[in-house]
Amino acid sequence: MRAAVRLAAWLYAIAVYGFIFLPVVVLVLFSLQATSFPIPPFTGPSLRWYQAVLSDARLTSALVNSLMVAVLSSLASVTLGFLSAWGFARFVLPGSALLRGLITLPLTVSYLIIGMGLLVLFNWAGVPKSLLAAGIGHVVINLPLCFAIIYSQMGDHQINIERAGRDLGAAEWKVLLLITVPVMAPAIFAGFFLSMTFSWDEFVISFLLTRFETTLPVEIWNLLRSGLNPKTNAVGSLVFAVSIVLVVFFELTLLRRKPA
Amino acid sequence: MSAPLVDIRNVSHRFGQLPVLKDVSLAIDPGSYTILLGPSGSGKTTLLSILGGFVTPSEGKVFIRGQDCTAVPPAKRPTTTVFQDYALFPHMSVGGNVGFGLRMRGIDGATRAAKARDALALVGLAAAFDKKPHQLSGGQRQRVALARALVIEPAVLLLDEPLGALDLKLRRQMQDELKAIQKRVGTAFVHVTHDQEEAMALADHCVVMNDGRIEDEGPPERVYARPKTRFSATFMGESTILAGTVTEARDGIVMVSTAVGSLSLQGASPAGAPVALAIRPEHLVLGDAKGDVALGAGKVGDVVFQGSFKRVLATSMLDPVLQFIAKAPASATVQAGDTIPVSCNAQDIILLAD
Repeated sequence: MRAAVRLAAWLYAIAVYGFIFLPVVVLVLFSLQATSFPIPPFTGPSLRWYQAVLSDARLTSALVNSLMVAVLSSLASVTLGFLSAWGFARFVLPGSALLRGLITLPLTVSYLIIGMGLLVLFNWAGVPKSLLAAGIGHVVINLPLCFAIIYSQMGDHQINIERAGRDLGAAEWKVLLLITVPVMAPAIFAGFFLSMTFSWDEFVISFLLTRFETTLPVEIWNLLRSGLNPKTNAVGSLVFAVSIVLVVFFELTLLRRKPA
Repeated sequence: MSAPLVDIRNVSHRFGQLPVLKDVSLAIDPGSYTILLGPSGSGKTTLLSILGGFVTPSEGKVFIRGQDCTAVPPAKRPTTTVFQDYALFPHMSVGGNVGFGLRMRGIDGATRAAKARDALALVGLAAAFDKKPHQLSGGQRQRVALARALVIEPAVLLLDEPLGALDLKLRRQMQDELKAIQKRVGTAFVHVTHDQEEAMALADHCVVMNDGRIEDEGPPERVYARPKTRFSATFMGESTILAGTVTEARDGIVMVSTAVGSLSLQGASPAGAPVALAIRPEHLVLGDAKGDVALGAGKVGDVVFQGSFKRVLATSMLDPVLQFIAKAPASATVQAGDTIPVSCNAQDIILLAD
C-alpha cells in the first residue's frame, strides 16, 4: 500500500516536471538535429544549425540589438527604480501610499496594452519606431519591478547608516553613492538581472515599437512565419540559455544572505 | 571664565502638535563630560539630535564655538555622533569606517590610514583594521563607532545611549573606558542616558531632564546631594519624600509642619508655602541609634538583601501615605512586620521647590 502511494507520488512528480520541461527539452534536443526537419527520429547530435544561426547576419544583429536594449533599459530601470524607492523610503510625501501604488501599477497591466499605449503616444509625439522606443517600453515595464524589489529591501536600519555618513561630512550624493548603493547592492543587482531577463525575451512591446532594426524575439517570430526548422530551435535554445544564466544571477544576488 | 563651547539658547521643539522641548537653555564647557539624564520622552534624545544637526528646532538658537549652527546640516558642523546602533558601514572594513570622515575631507589615503590606526589604537582595537564590522562583537563595534567619530577631531562628540545595547558587565567596563578616553583626548562629550548610575559615574556636568525641560543641572555630587526638584530627587537615586507646609521662616531657618511633626531646617521658603522634603536612603536611621530629628515609627513592609546593604521599605505609623526608603547595613536584623523608630539628621534633609 505504502509502496503504491510512493510510486503514485513519483509518477505525479514526473508528470508535473515533464509537463513543464518537456517542451524545452524537445526544443533543445531538436536544435541538435542533423537533418532539415525538427521531427523524430532524432538524427543528431550536430551543431550545424547553431552554425547556421551564428552565420545569419540578421539573427546575430538582432541578438546584439536584444542585448543592447536589455542592458541599457535595465540600467535605466534600476537607476530610476532605486531613486524612487529611496525617495519614498526616506522622505514624507503627501499621498505616499497612493503614489507607491501608481508606480507599481504597470506590473498588473498587460504588455499588449502598454505597447499599444506607447505606440499611440510615440505616434502623436513623432517618435519613430526604433530600438530606442522599444527600450523605453522596457523601462516602463521594468521600472515598477526594480522599484518594488529595492523598496522592499530598504529598511529603517539603513537610515542611521546614512545619517552617520552625513554626520561624518559626506555630501548627499556621496551618501547615496558610497553608502546607500553599496548597502543596497544585492537588491539593486537582483532588480537589474530580473529586468534583463524580462527585456531579453520580451516580444509584444518590441514587436509593436520596432521596424527595421529589431530584437531577437521579433526576429524569431519572423523566422517562424516560414515554418519550423532546426534553426528556430537553435536560436530558441540560445535565448533560453541566456535567460537561465540571468535568472541564476538574480537568484544568487537576491537570495544570498550576508552574515549578520 | 572661558566662553562656553556650546551655547543652547531658549530652544523649543515640537513634533507636529506635540511639544518635546520647552524653552531649554544649556551651556557646555570645553573639555567637559556632559550627561543628559532623563526617562524616555523627556526630550534628551531630541536635544542631542538638535546638537548634531539632524533636527532643526522650532524655536531658539544653537551656537557652537560662537557660531550660529541652528540650521547648519550635520555634514557641515563640528560635531560627530556615536549612534545607539553604532551605524557602522557594513560594506567597509573597520579601517574604511574609521577613515571615512577623513576621506570626506579630502585627506590622502596614507595619512588617512595612519590616523585611522591611531584612533583604533586609542580605543584598544589596533588589530581590527582589516576586519569587517560583522566580524566584531557588540563592544568592539561600539569602540569602532567611537574611533570613527573621534578621528576627525570634532569640537563636540555626541553619544546617543552608547552603552544601552551592552550587557551590564560590559557596560560598566566601557563606562570606565569612555571616561578615560575622554580625559585623554580632551574633547567635550555629550552623552544621553536613562541610567542614573552611568550618569553619576561619567558626568562632570549632569543635566536632569523631564517632560521637555531641564529639571536640574550641575556636578553629579551636587545634583545627588542637593537635588533642586522633586523629580531629580527621585530620578537621580531614591528618596523618601515628606510633604509639608512652612509655618515660620526667619534668618534662613524654616519650620515645616509635616505628618510626622514639625521640623526645623535651613531654607528660604516663605511662610505658608507648600514644600517637599527629601531624605536619601543612606541618611535614614532605623532603630534606637537615633539621629537628631525623630520621624516617628515605621512598620517594615519589605526587606531586600542587595549584597553590601539591605534596602528597607517601611510605612509610617503616623501617615500611611508616607513610605520610608532606607538603606540598612547587611548585618541588620530588621524583618518584614517589625515596627521600628525612624530618624535622621537635620542637615541631611533636602528642601525641594515643589
